[in-house]
Amino acid sequence: MNIHEYQAKELLRRYGVAVLEGHVAWNADEAEAAAKKLPGPIYVVKSQIHAGGRGAGRFTNDPNGKGGVRLAKSPEEAKAAAAAMIGSTLVTKQTGPEGKVVSRVYVEAGCDIARELYLSLLVDRDSSRVLIMASTEGGMEIEEVAEHHPEKILKVAIDPASGISGFHGRKLAFGLGLEGKQVSSFVKFVDAMYKAFLELDCAIVEINPLVVTKGGDVVALDAKVSFDDSALFRHKDLEALRDDSEMDPKELDATNNDLNYVALDGEIGCMVNGAGLAMATMDIIKLYGSSPANFLDVGGTADSARVTQAFRIITSDVNVKAILVNIFGGIAKCDMIATGIVEASKNLSLKVPLVVRLEGTNVELGKKILAESGLAIIAADNLADAAQKAVAAVKSEHASGMTKGA
Amino acid sequence: MAILVDKNTRVMTQGFTGAQGTFHASQGIAYGSTYVGGVTPGKGGTMHPTLNLPVFNTVAECKEATGANASVIYVPAAFAADSILEAIDAEMPLIICITEGIPVLDMVKVKRALDGSSSLLIGPNCPGVITPDACKIGIMPGHIHRRGSVGIVSRSGTLTYEAVAQTTAAGLGQSSCVGIGGDPVKGMDFIDVLELFLADDETKSIIMIGEIGGQSEIQAAEFLKSENFGPGKPNKPVVGFIAGATAPPGRRMGHAGAVISGGKDTAAAKMAAMAEAGIHIADTPASLGSTMVKALAK
Repeated sequence: MNIHEYQAKELLRRYGVAVLEGHVAWNADEAEAAAKKLPGPIYVVKSQIHAGGRGAGRFTNDPNGKGGVRLAKSPEEAKAAAAAMIGSTLVTKQTGPEGKVVSRVYVEAGCDIARELYLSLLVDRDSSRVLIMASTEGGMEIEEVAEHHPEKILKVAIDPASGISGFHGRKLAFGLGLEGKQVSSFVKFVDAMYKAFLELDCAIVEINPLVVTKGGDVVALDAKVSFDDSALFRHKDLEALRDDSEMDPKELDATNNDLNYVALDGEIGCMVNGAGLAMATMDIIKLYGSSPANFLDVGGTADSARVTQAFRIITSDVNVKAILVNIFGGIAKCDMIATGIVEASKNLSLKVPLVVRLEGTNVELGKKILAESGLAIIAADNLADAAQKAVAAVKSEHASGMTKGA
Repeated sequence: MAILVDKNTRVMTQGFTGAQGTFHASQGIAYGSTYVGGVTPGKGGTMHPTLNLPVFNTVAECKEATGANASVIYVPAAFAADSILEAIDAEMPLIICITEGIPVLDMVKVKRALDGSSSLLIGPNCPGVITPDACKIGIMPGHIHRRGSVGIVSRSGTLTYEAVAQTTAAGLGQSSCVGIGGDPVKGMDFIDVLELFLADDETKSIIMIGEIGGQSEIQAAEFLKSENFGPGKPNKPVVGFIAGATAPPGRRMGHAGAVISGGKDTAAAKMAAMAEAGIHIADTPASLGSTMVKALAK
C-alpha cells in the first residue's frame, strides 16, 4: 500500500526522522492559511499524488506551465499555486500519459540546501535483510545512477539479530563525504528511519532528495513510503491512510474482494489460480495472437463466492471479448471453482464466449458440475488448447461483429 | 534415491486440526506417505478427530514421540513465522511452509534463524515437495505425478503442476518436485535444490521454472553453467521457463527495487542468461514436456 508524501512525513516524524514543517491543504484558501502558519519567507507547494517526478511533471490544462512542485514567496503566491494544482491532472514520468488528478497539496517550509543526497531502505531478496542504500546523487533518477555509476550507490545490510548499529550510519555518512556535525545528524536520521521501517512493516522507504542544510542538519525533502500489504493486519491505524482514488476502480473492487487483479488493455479476460500460471496464461495468449485484459489470481482458497466476484469484475471491463478460466487445482478445488462459474454465469448472464480448462484436485467433479449445468462453455483439455480456443473465440467475435456492421 | 523426501520420511503437520491441515494430511496419507501426527497448541493429548493420529502442544513433543523428520505448516499467515521458528528450535531436519502472505520482515527474522541451524526450509507460499509413489508433502494434486527421471524446481505452484502433467504425459515422470515459493525472502532457493538434483542418480534431467523479479534464476543459470555443463560434469539436460514476459512493468512509487536488480529481473533478461548457460528455453508453458523430450533426444 502506498501513501502520500505528507502522510509519510507525519509518520516518519513520530520516529524522530527530521522533516520540515508543513501542512496539507485541500483547497487554495487552506493552502494560504497553511503558509501563514510557517515561518517563511519561502514556501513550497507540492502536489500530492502517488507518483514520483512531480517537479518535472506538467498539468494537462497547462502543458507549457510550471510543474507539480512550486516555490512561493508569500502566502498569496502559495494560494495561487495551490489553485493551479488542485483539481488539475498532473502527468509525470511515473503516472502514465493519463496522469493523476491532484486533490490536495502539501505546503511546506523552504530550507537552505547545501547538498542533495539519496537514501532508501528496502528488503533485499539476495541478502534476505533490510538494505540501506545511499548515494551522493540526490534528486536524480536513481535508476540512471545505478546503471551508469553503480559505484556511487552505497549499501549496508542490517543483520536482524543485532539490529542497526552506529557504524552502519557512519559507514554511509563518510562514504557520502559528510563531515563534522553532518555525520551525527545523518547517523541519527538513519537510525530513526530503520526503526520506522521495522515498526511500520514498510516495503520501501525512499528519501530523494535527502538534504544537508547549510546549518549541517540532515532533512528529508521528499518521502515515499509503501507498506508490506501482508503485514497490514497488524497496523489497523494505517488503513485510514489508504487513498482509494489513487487506484484503478476495478483493482480497488478486486482488493476489497481478496482478489489479486491488475487491469490491462487486451480483450481476453483471465481467471487463473496462482500468480505464476496467471502470468504464463497471459504470455501464451499473447503468443497465439491476442492479448490479456487482465491479470487475475483467484488464489488458493477460492470458493464459489469469490469466483462470482472475479467474474463480475472481469465482465465489468467493456473490452473483454472472451473469458479464459485456467485452473490447475492444488489447494484450490475444481468443484468449488466449477460451482462458482455456474453461479456467476447465471447471475451475470454472460454475453461473451467462456473457455474453461480445469485440471488437478477434484477435476472430475468439477467437469461434471459444468457439464450438468447446461451452460455454453467451451471446454479445453490443456493450457495451449485453452489459449488457442480463447483466441479463436475472440477472432470469431470480431468476424461476426464485422458481418453485423456490414 | 530422489531428493529431500522418500519412503523413510515421517511427516508431522503444524496447524494439524485446522481445515487445510486436516484435508492435506488426509490427501498425503491417501497418497501413501507416512504421516505420524501433528501440533495444535492447546489440543495436546487428544487424537485428531478424523485422522486417528496423535495431537501435541509443541513441535518438540511431537518430534520426540513420533520420530517425525519433516514438518509441514498450514498455520495462518499471522502466526506462521512463529511456527517455522518453533520447528527450527526443535531441530526439525526439513520444514515445509505452505502458508501464503507472511509479512516479509517476519521472514527476514526466520531466514536469520535458519543460519547455522540443522533445518532446511522449503517455502513459504509454496505447494510443497513430492517424490512420486513415496512421499507427498503439501497441496499438489498427487494423481498427476509418475515416478521417473525429471527433477522439477519452481517458484510457481500451479506452473509446477503444468510441468508435472506434461512430463507424465511424455512418459518421463519425475524424481522429485520442489516448489520453492514466490516470496522474496524464503528458505531453499533454486541453487540449493539444483545442487541436490545434480547429485541425485535418479534425476536424469531438470526443469526449472522462474518468474520475473529478483536475481535467483540468473544466479542459478551461472551455477548450472559452472557445475553442470562441461567435461567431467553431470551434463544433465535442463529445460527452463520464465513466467511474466508480457507483464507490464509494475507501478511503483519509488525506484529502489529496480536499483537492486539493475534491470536484470525481466523475463527476457533471465531467459537470455539461462539460454547462454546451456539451458533449453521452453517458448510457452505448454511446451515444457516437449522441449524436454527434444533436449533428451540430442
